[in-house]
Amino acid sequence: MIRSEVLKTLIPIISDQLVVSNIGLPSQELHLLDDQPTNFYMLGTMGLASSIGLGLALAQKAKVISIDGDGSVLTNFGTLPTIANNPADNFILLIIDNGSYGSTGDQPTYAGMKTSLAKVATACGCENVVECSAEDTAAAVQAALDGDKMTIIVSKCESGNIKVPVIEMDAPVIRHRFMAEVSRRNA
Amino acid sequence: MSINQKIVNDFIKNRIKFVTTVPCKQLAGVIDEIEASKDIFHIPSNKEDEGMGLCAGAYMGGKRSAIIMQNTAIGVTINTLVTLIQYYNIPLPMLISYRGEIGEPVACQVEMAVHTKALLNQLNIPTYHFHEQRDADELDGILNHSFMAKKPVAILTDASFWQGA
Repeated sequence: MIRSEVLKTLIPIISDQLVVSNIGLPSQELHLLDDQPTNFYMLGTMGLASSIGLGLALAQKAKVISIDGDGSVLTNFGTLPTIANNPADNFILLIIDNGSYGSTGDQPTYAGMKTSLAKVATACGCENVVECSAEDTAAAVQAALDGDKMTIIVSKCESGNIKVPVIEMDAPVIRHRFMAEVSRRNA
Repeated sequence: MSINQKIVNDFIKNRIKFVTTVPCKQLAGVIDEIEASKDIFHIPSNKEDEGMGLCAGAYMGGKRSAIIMQNTAIGVTINTLVTLIQYYNIPLPMLISYRGEIGEPVACQVEMAVHTKALLNQLNIPTYHFHEQRDADELDGILNHSFMAKKPVAILTDASFWQGA
């Protein structure tokens, strides 16, 4: 399974959850599959989906899922100690680990070589780290949502992309409708 | 009241509840005051762009946020300021130690100081320079301005300002 196929299996589970999605193809795929006001599409700032998600989780009560990538976590490794040391039990970090920089032409990442993101997360102090196959990802995300405990999921999938259009919605509109939804859930 | 207490009081007055910091020697006192505050959640970050991501998330979660960092961080965060904070219209007060100004003992700090205001100007970020203690009287208004305009603002605090602390 490639990332877009994994995302497809997640839609029934995450469609009504607050989701912060990663730059490039992951956001575009989520937007194509299931555009929702509960989705925050991060259109720039590679690496910050986990930071935005953690800040959001710490600031309010609703559950938050950050959908990140292996290349993006590698570019913002400092996020893992911050997550570990500021636990938010309403936060799930899902790292779709396809071992490549998908949006830029599938160049290999170190996560597809010797570096284990699950082991790094554990070494950084994250207490609830799950590594799973692409096929088991939906079940892992459902279990994390049911568990009420901050969870890091590393989903090992294949490299590859589908053709998707860019997101044309203006960034302040994405933020505005997302914030309205966050506010509604905390009313 | 110490200048550090005054700064944190103005943060609280402006309903800032979430502050991330990357340390600088000049900022040690104000960071201690943030950590001690019961009204503010303090989350140290490992790098300033990470910190801005945390602040953006907290703001969208309904908590006003701010970052405290050194001016060298302007070099680290240009992409984040432009494609996250400015692109999505997110307010972000940045309390910045202006290292490399008169009184600076470390020559290397001057190299970034000479670019600091030019970079902020290029980014169209409203910038305020605190040189004397009384300049901090403007802080309350500056914070209010950032949230009203939904823009980042830079508050540069130099060595002369902190030596009066």
